[in-house]
Amino acid sequence: MDMRLQISPGMLRSEFVSKITELSGQDINLCYQCGKCSAGCPMSFVMDLLPNQIIHSVQLGLTEDVIRSRTPWLCASCLVCTVRCPKGIDIASVMEAVRQISLRKSEDFIDLAGLERGTLAELPAIALVSGFRKLTG
Amino acid sequence: MARQVRIGVFVCHCGNNIAGTVDVKRVVEELSHYPGVVHAEDYMYMCSDPGQEIMKKAIREKSLTGVVNANCSPTLHQRTFRRVAEAEGINPYRVEIANIREQCSWPHMGDRETATRKAIAIIKAAVEKLRLNMELTPSVTPLTKRALVIGAGIAGIQAALDIANGGYEVVLVEKDICIGGRVMQLAGTFPGMERPDYLLASRLAAVTSHPRIRLYMCSEIEEVSGYVGNFDVIIRQKVGYVDKDRCNGCGLCLEKCPVSVPSEYECGLSQRKAIRIPFPDMAPFNPVIDAEHCLRFNGGQCQACREACPEGAVEFSGEDTLIEENVGIIVAAPGYDLLPAGEPEIYPEDPDIIDGLQFERILSATGPTGGEVRRPSDSKVPREVVFISCVGSRDPEHGVPYCSRVCCMYVAKQALLYRRAVPDGQAYIFYTDMRSDAKGFEEFVQGVMDEGNILYLRGEVSRVFRDGDKIKVWGVDSLVERDVEVSADLVVLARAMVPRPTTRELARRLNIASDEHGFLTEAHIKLRPVESLTSGIYLAGTAQWPRDVPDTIASAEAAACKVLSLFSREELLHEPTIAFVDEEVCSGCGQCVASCAYRAIDIDEGRAVARVNEALCEGCGACAAICPSSAVQLRNSTPRQFFEIIDVASG
Repeated sequence: MDMRLQISPGMLRSEFVSKITELSGQDINLCYQCGKCSAGCPMSFVMDLLPNQIIHSVQLGLTEDVIRSRTPWLCASCLVCTVRCPKGIDIASVMEAVRQISLRKSEDFIDLAGLERGTLAELPAIALVSGFRKLTG
Repeated sequence: MARQVRIGVFVCHCGNNIAGTVDVKRVVEELSHYPGVVHAEDYMYMCSDPGQEIMKKAIREKSLTGVVNANCSPTLHQRTFRRVAEAEGINPYRVEIANIREQCSWPHMGDRETATRKAIAIIKAAVEKLRLNMELTPSVTPLTKRALVIGAGIAGIQAALDIANGGYEVVLVEKDICIGGRVMQLAGTFPGMERPDYLLASRLAAVTSHPRIRLYMCSEIEEVSGYVGNFDVIIRQKVGYVDKDRCNGCGLCLEKCPVSVPSEYECGLSQRKAIRIPFPDMAPFNPVIDAEHCLRFNGGQCQACREACPEGAVEFSGEDTLIEENVGIIVAAPGYDLLPAGEPEIYPEDPDIIDGLQFERILSATGPTGGEVRRPSDSKVPREVVFISCVGSRDPEHGVPYCSRVCCMYVAKQALLYRRAVPDGQAYIFYTDMRSDAKGFEEFVQGVMDEGNILYLRGEVSRVFRDGDKIKVWGVDSLVERDVEVSADLVVLARAMVPRPTTRELARRLNIASDEHGFLTEAHIKLRPVESLTSGIYLAGTAQWPRDVPDTIASAEAAACKVLSLFSREELLHEPTIAFVDEEVCSGCGQCVASCAYRAIDIDEGRAVARVNEALCEGCGACAAICPSSAVQLRNSTPRQFFEIIDVASG
């Protein structure tokens, strides 16, 4: 019933937050939510959470929101966000950290045996390689 | 008129501003035939050096006795042209400005014919007025080179020290029992994080020992009369009932006094006694009995303090003292308050929902918790603290429309101080915008954000309520568009900064203006920011507008600078274009007295006529307009002059 998001030190200092910090090497606290990353992002038009919202969600420790978001997978790693961030946060690295965490969860991986023969025949080889790279544990 | 009237008219093109709309050649042609005008000339920019030379040459060669300058508003160049005329021997009050720019060419752009005819009418009207202008000289009033400073907070202290160090005597009036004001209550200051006692210590000592500063404690302004250069002030000093010379500050009386009332200094977080002995860090040493709460002064027989005092310093007799001081100028620095609690449906009353000043005391080393951060209800160390900005600020419907300017900064500072005191504590800051617009401020806030364990949440709060041991805060995080909830141990409300409730009455006594919020009003927000509209009364600090410490000091120094520049003169010159009374006509009805905003007119009871105090009169003309018999008139703006103006302008 209560959809209110409960914020607590436990969330703010969760394992997810420290994992992101460790993998990306970035201090998420530095972000003051100016939105320059989202403004410059060439893929933002298809994202469900904008890059600045991803960062803020990490600040809040919203693990599920971040992991479930399409955004890290749509990130083209073009580094515009990283180059433009006024606080020097390497946002692309944060996106990569999110992807790493996702991958290690081995969720949503490609089950090769489950693919139909017809689909396999149509898929370009590069798509399969990328798919394995991104979506397998 | 002994002398023949010889008037020169100088029409300015103002580049294209006037000449683009008004046919200046036709204006000059028309005016050159007007009675009394012996010279008419136009020029591209009359205010320029060549333009001024044209004026001077004409005044000399045509022996002019008066000048009409047709150009921009008199606020821009009346002074310029008066100076030019005076240099050539014409009385400056025989220079009239015909405003054919703001009042003619600009509003009638595109209608050359109308604009030209109107310009001619305006200039002819000015000629008619000039014809009847008297030669005047500014009046001279003596100047008392002593200053009164009201309020001994950091603003008043700074102004007093600057004026006293400039070599002039200062009367410093403080209504509290100690000096230092609000800054004394703070736990730290942004952006440098200096302790307030560090900021104040040397100044407090300098004020209390300065040979040219006379400090009146527990004192208020009773009455002010007079004018710039010569104010008579009556100060009421409340009787303290304790002999300061005998009192040794031992504090035995404090132990015995049975009364306890919420301490103002501690913002109600602790109790004080009815007899008050200053803390060692308070200045000056000023022990007093608070008669409002003392049992003895409320029908009781208690004399516990007197019995306890080993020095016999307590005396229950005495009366308030009325002190008369004569000063030349006044600096008003009565300080600020926080907006009283509002919106109880959002912020209910609870001991653990406090305001910013209260948290300053809790964070302060000399505060009620002895420098340990503990919450008021149960003295537990709060593990989670929520700060809420803009409580009442920027909310015209429920609070005040303005931004209080200091909250973003002090909330950041308090979060930092809290984090240092409780290293594993978590601070949350709800904010609407971050405003950090002065030197070092943005860097300070970003530094605080970088600290960790301080979470900024952009959004407002919908409800704050107690839930057992916790204070729940419901709000929104507008960046992720989610309603959020925080279970806090302590909630700090950054309430809006407002003037003290007593400031309005002080303004009334000083006869200076205050705005709809009660802030003292400056003469001009940009050009005269530390002057009131009443000559000789200056403003400093937060009674004028929300200010932080750096801005407060700057405004106090600016006020002191104005005072010192005034004191550098030997006497004061006063505009002569003021009201005068024709005593033959005046019936002493007194309507003019009521109309005067400057208290410059009174009735001479003996002769039953109105009397104008020339030093106070600002020449506004309210009295002249209201007088039923035209007995009060303004020099060089008489009814006769206006009838002539109307005649020519409508003809």
